[in-house]
Amino acid sequence: MFGIVGWGAYVPRYRIKTEEIARVWGKDPKTISKGLGIVEKSVPDLDEDTITISVEAARNALARAGIDPKDIGSVYIGSESHPYVVKPSGTVVAQALGCTPELMVADLEFACKAGTAGMQIVLAQVMAGMVKYGLAIGADTSQGRPGDALEYSAAAGGAAFIIGPKPAVVIEDTYSYTTDTPDFWRREGQDYPKHGARFTGKPAYFKHVINATYGLLEKVGRDVSEYDYVVFHMPNAKFPIKAMKHFKIPKEKYLPGLVVTKIGNCYSGSSLLGLSAVLDIAEPEQKILLTSFGSGAGSDSFSLLVKDKILDVQNKAPKTRDYIEKNKEYIDYGMYVKLRKKLKI
Amino acid sequence: MRNVAVVGVGETAFGEHWEKSLRALAVEAGIAAIRDANIEGADIEAMYIGNMSAGKFIGQEHLAALAVDQAGLVGIPSSRLEAACASGSLAFRQACLAVASGEYDIVIAAGAEKMTDLQTEDVTTTLMGAGDQEWEGWLGMTFPGLYALMARRHMYEYNTTREQMALFSVNGHKNAALNPKAQFPFEITVEDVLNSPLVADPLRLLDCSPVSDGAAAVIIASEDAAKRFENPIWLIGSGQATDNLALHDRKSLTSLRATKIAAKKAYEQAGISPEKIDVAEVHDCFSINGLIALEDLGFCERGKSGKFVEDGNIERGAAVSINTSGGLKAKGHPVGATGISQIIEIVKQLRGECGKRQVPAEFGLTHNVGGTGATVVVNIFGKELKERWV
Repeated sequence: MFGIVGWGAYVPRYRIKTEEIARVWGKDPKTISKGLGIVEKSVPDLDEDTITISVEAARNALARAGIDPKDIGSVYIGSESHPYVVKPSGTVVAQALGCTPELMVADLEFACKAGTAGMQIVLAQVMAGMVKYGLAIGADTSQGRPGDALEYSAAAGGAAFIIGPKPAVVIEDTYSYTTDTPDFWRREGQDYPKHGARFTGKPAYFKHVINATYGLLEKVGRDVSEYDYVVFHMPNAKFPIKAMKHFKIPKEKYLPGLVVTKIGNCYSGSSLLGLSAVLDIAEPEQKILLTSFGSGAGSDSFSLLVKDKILDVQNKAPKTRDYIEKNKEYIDYGMYVKLRKKLKI
Repeated sequence: MRNVAVVGVGETAFGEHWEKSLRALAVEAGIAAIRDANIEGADIEAMYIGNMSAGKFIGQEHLAALAVDQAGLVGIPSSRLEAACASGSLAFRQACLAVASGEYDIVIAAGAEKMTDLQTEDVTTTLMGAGDQEWEGWLGMTFPGLYALMARRHMYEYNTTREQMALFSVNGHKNAALNPKAQFPFEITVEDVLNSPLVADPLRLLDCSPVSDGAAAVIIASEDAAKRFENPIWLIGSGQATDNLALHDRKSLTSLRATKIAAKKAYEQAGISPEKIDVAEVHDCFSINGLIALEDLGFCERGKSGKFVEDGNIERGAAVSINTSGGLKAKGHPVGATGISQIIEIVKQLRGECGKRQVPAEFGLTHNVGGTGATVVVNIFGKELKERWV
């Protein structure tokens, strides 16, 4: 029986409101805010990136796991904003956490779902006995071209999960659904991603999230109504809510994990921050369903069962909602341009 | 010249066909029309296909050959017709003229467009090819912009209101809600239109027809050949006309001269007046163009279209049932397919096959516009072929 022994979140403290971005571009803030379901989004400071976010989140995960960092045999960071194109983020994070030198490290990329891909890899390693514990992280300082629809949602944050034996949350099973679907991409050397506008909906997000979820349910032989919490990837609030409605999942089961409304889309960190927020409040014997989505495209679906041990670890690190609600500072578009290094002269 | 009739119709649903290519859509519509007519491919003597810009939308030219190849009809003559959003109607007219001339007895006329492979801004640029690129396009004009100018002028000259324009979209959606082939089969309110995002002042998103994929096809037969079909619908009048390509060269921004010329010809051929038309599909690429069409086609007086719509005259079963299919706004507007799709709706109305959106109809009209009105085709259809119409 393997699963999550410790989890941790991190979200930068700066926020920019949807209406502030809309003001600059001459758009109607109400229409955009209502359309996307995003009130404000997180913005990283000048010295924050995928590596620093990963370190913060992983330290929280370590605090909950209460294990020796040297027992972590592998570190995989999923992100589409690794600070270096060549040179891994994972080595910096592993060194900062004290896991080096006897471990496996690699950076992962699968648009918004590389974090859950990392979870599957370390789960497999743990199950195979290759490592005692593995660390999987999903973190991003995602990019949105000025004036593009993505600018209202592209945010920063991440979550880390240590997977191993005697878990607080058992990973019962996982199922993936993957196809070649070019809905969103960023080529080498490009600062901002491109997307297929409405093509990102039905044939991309919905097809993969819904099919992966059905696939998992069939694999574990459960009805979706048996789950106490459900988290889907959140590029905005509109998409996951529509997918939740497809499965007739009531609000009280998905609102705790719907973190996008207050922080935006943290890409590789998005569904994992939702999961982290749910784990912060979950009770023993509750069941959690998680389905990520990454453009390109694919979805990883997980069935999780909460154990008694969760009560011992929940309060050992800051909660996800603390990062979302507390200590936040609003910035205007000018500051946002500076922090995101958008000004090119 | 011989009389001609439509003896078979078929079309795809209009919408975002992410998993179907242009050729797949065209073949789907063509097979549906052949089945509807209960003929075989070998009966078809020629093909005419309307398409605006497959070259820019999907990088494919030489569409006439592609369509005939994919349909398994290699050998017969095939022609592609282009007049921007009126391409479908041009294909139909050329097909009808070829049959009327005595050259063929049975031909197929189709229209197809695959627009969703491009991003919105590229679609807007491609569609601008229907205007005057040198004098309008390169100066930054877009089609929403051009029609916004027409809307502004109509509001200025005739006190047409924002609400009256919105009502045209509301009517289309009300009908589309009953059309399984429609891209937007749901109702909207005037408030929905007025609160939708601004596109080009005063036009808002719900004043504008969408980007769509789709194809439509009809089988056309000569009078002698048509007699062996169950329910032929006769083309009793047809007119095609042109105007200056660029908007600024026109005498009026609030009337399409080409519509008036084409309509006059069609009414004269049919020997009927506008009051006799029971059902019409008019070219509402933008709500304002729907209003202008009502005036130019003679359904109401010049400048009175807003009030005409407000008084409920375009609703199903009213003075003239307008856009029972949903129109370009709500049924969808895959530009090359639109003209043929309009004809299909009128044929089905006259056959009595429109289910919940059926209206009592003896005469139907289609109005298809290219660009801002530089090409217009008007067709009038009747259930029967009688001397009194001539």
